[in-house]
Amino acid sequence: MAHDTGHTCKAVTPDLHTSFMFERFHKFASPPHFHAFARTLSPWLFGISALLFSGGLVGGLVLAPADYQQGDSFRIIYIHVPSAWLSMFTYMVMASAGAVGLIWKVKMGDIVARACAPIGASFTLLALATGSLWGKPMWGTWWVWDARLTAELILLFLYFGYLALQSAIEDRRAAARAGAVLAIVGVVNIPIIHYSVEWWSTLHQGATLTKFGKPSIELSMLMPLLAMTLGFKTLFAAVLLVRARCEILEFEQHTAWVRELTTVTEAR
Amino acid sequence: MSNAAITAAGAVLMRDLQRAWRRRGELMQPLVFFTITVYLFPLAIGPADDTLRILLPSIVWVAVLLSMTLTLPDVFAVDHADGSLDHLALSPHPLALLVLMKAAAHWLSGAAPLLVLAGLLCAVFGLETYTLRALLLGLLLGSPVLSLIGTLASALTVGLRGGTLLLALLTLPMYIPVLIFGTSAARNAALGIPVEAEMFLLSGLSVLALTLTPWATAAALRARLG
Repeated sequence: MAHDTGHTCKAVTPDLHTSFMFERFHKFASPPHFHAFARTLSPWLFGISALLFSGGLVGGLVLAPADYQQGDSFRIIYIHVPSAWLSMFTYMVMASAGAVGLIWKVKMGDIVARACAPIGASFTLLALATGSLWGKPMWGTWWVWDARLTAELILLFLYFGYLALQSAIEDRRAAARAGAVLAIVGVVNIPIIHYSVEWWSTLHQGATLTKFGKPSIELSMLMPLLAMTLGFKTLFAAVLLVRARCEILEFEQHTAWVRELTTVTEAR
Repeated sequence: MSNAAITAAGAVLMRDLQRAWRRRGELMQPLVFFTITVYLFPLAIGPADDTLRILLPSIVWVAVLLSMTLTLPDVFAVDHADGSLDHLALSPHPLALLVLMKAAAHWLSGAAPLLVLAGLLCAVFGLETYTLRALLLGLLLGSPVLSLIGTLASALTVGLRGGTLLLALLTLPMYIPVLIFGTSAARNAALGIPVEAEMFLLSGLSVLALTLTPWATAAALRARLG
């Protein structure tokens, strides 16, 4: 485990290539550069996401045929499935960023991890809500004690725990470090929770898309789903960058560059 | 591992156990809470014997989870208040080993008495011997996980206001696998089905928690103490 010996500056001069890589990384991971980078990139991501969303929604809600069994109700998967995927993906991003912040003491890792949590919780809530809306006509109830539903609900609780811990610790660095430990422990726990809940009960339909083998879904239904998934991913990235920018400004509010930035904006 | 580290670990364990013994009154509180919680259910469900006997193992498990959560703030709070926690973190011995002893002390003072009491209560309620044995063995194998994860959460929230509620929020979702396997064992036992699978899974979870959480707890403490 990382022993806290403070930030030791290692001289990086093995060969030109690695030192160049390190320089690039450090430059990218420094808050002012990341802030500028995020400001340029996020409008583009929002634009791409909007394009993918409009394509996916038209394809999914208008062009795709109705399901032979579920009728038009199946169309909720265009929101439900991407948000369920993103709910888990965001947790992984949060834990990885937290680990980067904790182990290598990269400040941007802390910031990104903190920015992930509310987004992930929103995706989880959206997946649960849409699943519940779909469950009413399909299963006849809003809620079933099924494995994947329950695991998703527990994921929401894990996000709530992370958010509660963040708001309880006032110092941002300390909150980020404690949060990183919690998120990493959560990542170890998620498969255990998943399989224990699966064992406990199951009713959810099997996964429609798997990495291996042919998916059991019609191509005209699949394409909008992929578009929506990419749209959700880019939306996630865009919102993450916006949130990270806010976090950077709050983290670094007493530094010279932030003061300079704010005075320039005021002068305008 | 050096002899000095083992001596230090023993000292930490003995110190915590001694402190728990000197405050026997406080040690009783979770037991009383546990008993009240278990007795609330018959009052809420109604006095139908069969329903109660089916639900009893699950009620006991939930009550154990809640009672153990209530005692978690004490794991580090007192040491943090008098400054000895900083000394613990600064000591040359592996912190993971020392926090493992804290978890062991929590289990011995917080969980072990609960298990005895749970056995007594279930016997009073007339649980069959086979089910009772499955319930108690499940609790014995599963409760170390509760202590270990609880110690980790306690380290994460050390020195924070309103710790107990926050602790419950952090620990209870992570307690779910243990709850599922533990109650499933008791339910299967009531049906006369073998319960080895659940016992192996609970032991597996215990071993996993035993190997991984001390490192995470040590990291959490360092993160909190700065």
